Amino acid sequence: MSEILVYSDSDGTALELVSAAKQFAKELGATVSAALLGAGAATKAEKYFSLGADKVYVSEHPALSDFYVGTYAEALKQVAERGDVEFVLLGSTKRGKELAGRVAQKLNAGAITDANGVRVRDGNLEADRYSYGGNTVASQVVATPKKVISVMPKTFELGPQEAKQGEVVIVDLALPDAPVKVVERREKAGDQVNLEEAELLICVGRGVQAKEDLAMIEELARHLGAEIGCTKTPASDWQWFSEERMVGLSGKKCKPSLYISIGISGQIQHTVGIVDSKIIVTVNKDEKAPIFNITDYGIVGDYATVVPALNEKLKSM
Amino acid sequence: MDVVVCMKQIPDLQQIRIKERKPVLENVPLVWGDLDKNAMEEAVKVKEKLGDAKITVVALGSDKLQQGILEPLAMGADEAVLLTDPAFAGSDSMGTAKVLAKAIQKLGSYDLIVLGEGSTDNYSGVVASALAELLNLPEITYVRELEVQDGKVKAVRSMEESFEVMEAALPALVTVAQEINEPRLPKFMAIRKAGAKPRHEWGPSDLGLSVDEVGGNALSVETMSNLAPEQDRKNIILKGNLSEQIDGLVDALIKEGVLGR
Repeated sequence: MSEILVYSDSDGTALELVSAAKQFAKELGATVSAALLGAGAATKAEKYFSLGADKVYVSEHPALSDFYVGTYAEALKQVAERGDVEFVLLGSTKRGKELAGRVAQKLNAGAITDANGVRVRDGNLEADRYSYGGNTVASQVVATPKKVISVMPKTFELGPQEAKQGEVVIVDLALPDAPVKVVERREKAGDQVNLEEAELLICVGRGVQAKEDLAMIEELARHLGAEIGCTKTPASDWQWFSEERMVGLSGKKCKPSLYISIGISGQIQHTVGIVDSKIIVTVNKDEKAPIFNITDYGIVGDYATVVPALNEKLKSM
Repeated sequence: MDVVVCMKQIPDLQQIRIKERKPVLENVPLVWGDLDKNAMEEAVKVKEKLGDAKITVVALGSDKLQQGILEPLAMGADEAVLLTDPAFAGSDSMGTAKVLAKAIQKLGSYDLIVLGEGSTDNYSGVVASALAELLNLPEITYVRELEVQDGKVKAVRSMEESFEVMEAALPALVTVAQEINEPRLPKFMAIRKAGAKPRHEWGPSDLGLSVDEVGGNALSVETMSNLAPEQDRKNIILKGNLSEQIDGLVDALIKEGVLGR
């Protein structure tokens, strides 16, 4: 029986993938396993079982105490070769993404990364990912005997937990010392915002010309209880915002119930990060801006007059 | 010191139009991906600092590379390897990594290999890791600061929760993030001179590969469809004077259940 092996350096993402794999396994007639790697890995097994893993492979090998992509890829390869693993599902975190190519090469497999949808199709898993910079969505399948797919965090929801027993396999891995050392780790202090969880989101684009104008937008955010994000320019070129607030292809992918764009033209590199919003509102003085094509409610006007008026209205409510 | 930069040309993303949900690629010019230019810029900076270094740009793509390659050569690459054989067309990520690995091995000497952290069109990030695996090299991804010195590479990379300072002995492979530098715009004279720099053109047989092992003949990933997502938006533009527009917007958002909950 073929096996779906799940791994992510983020347990939250791994558990989402276990939940999804449980459904895939039913349709495919497969089983679900997970790799638990690094110090303290063994203690996580119960949680993985409760969401649907039939088996966990555990290694607390000292070489796994710090994440190095080559070492983790080798560990996953050795795990995948023990069982009858056909699918390796990775979380598409930064570490998961760099793992995908290494693991695939080791398994002579093809790899799809950053999948934002996965389903069973003709006995295989079909994955969706953005292509041409977000202009299109490619639906792809891996055509090699073993298949590697990395899946974006939050693509799947956690399933219901059940009391379930599973098999714990302690694996004895042969791992070399990592040739890359982490000599220092600096926490990203300060901006701990998680835009991916935001229910209401306002994004600022290049059309907002003066930094002083952020005050009115921050006021709007306070009235609404919204988080503030931005396109690439205000973050990486103007440094008005930390990278944590950059939304789009190279930033966060958000699914708020309400998204408000202010001074955003609607380049695809940004809009892929917000297309899953329930309602999209746009304030832009250029009625031809492409953002209006994906807008539910738009105001054609200068944000510098629209936003204060909106603030007044919300204050009076 | 030998530095290799791997680059790829992509269709200009701003010029792709969608017709009946299909991307229209005819007459869309090919350009270098932004991240690929960041990779070249960083290699040039390493060379400027060390003085004694040679930069080879390796590019897989169509015949249009003959013209396009002038740009990285003018930025500072010393020579180019062009992989434009039609047999390479349609390569997927694993296939690209295989061909790049063979070409780099054929070059013989490499201390530092630099790529963008992903291609600017697909951002899959697979090629660099697969290439590092094929060449059995240490790998540091998502690099925003790079220092090469005394046979070692030291790099700062940006992860979700922290910056990691990593160190590895050369030879090594790194992938760079957009914030690492601002790619230079080559001067007109530099572009004119770039045409005289050496370039090699290698096909499958030069790399010890058969045509069945490369390009569209050796796909590990099959694309079932590639269409623009369907948009189902209301496209309502609020009319009237400013206060009518604001009232209309707020009423609509309350009705949608996204305000005042």
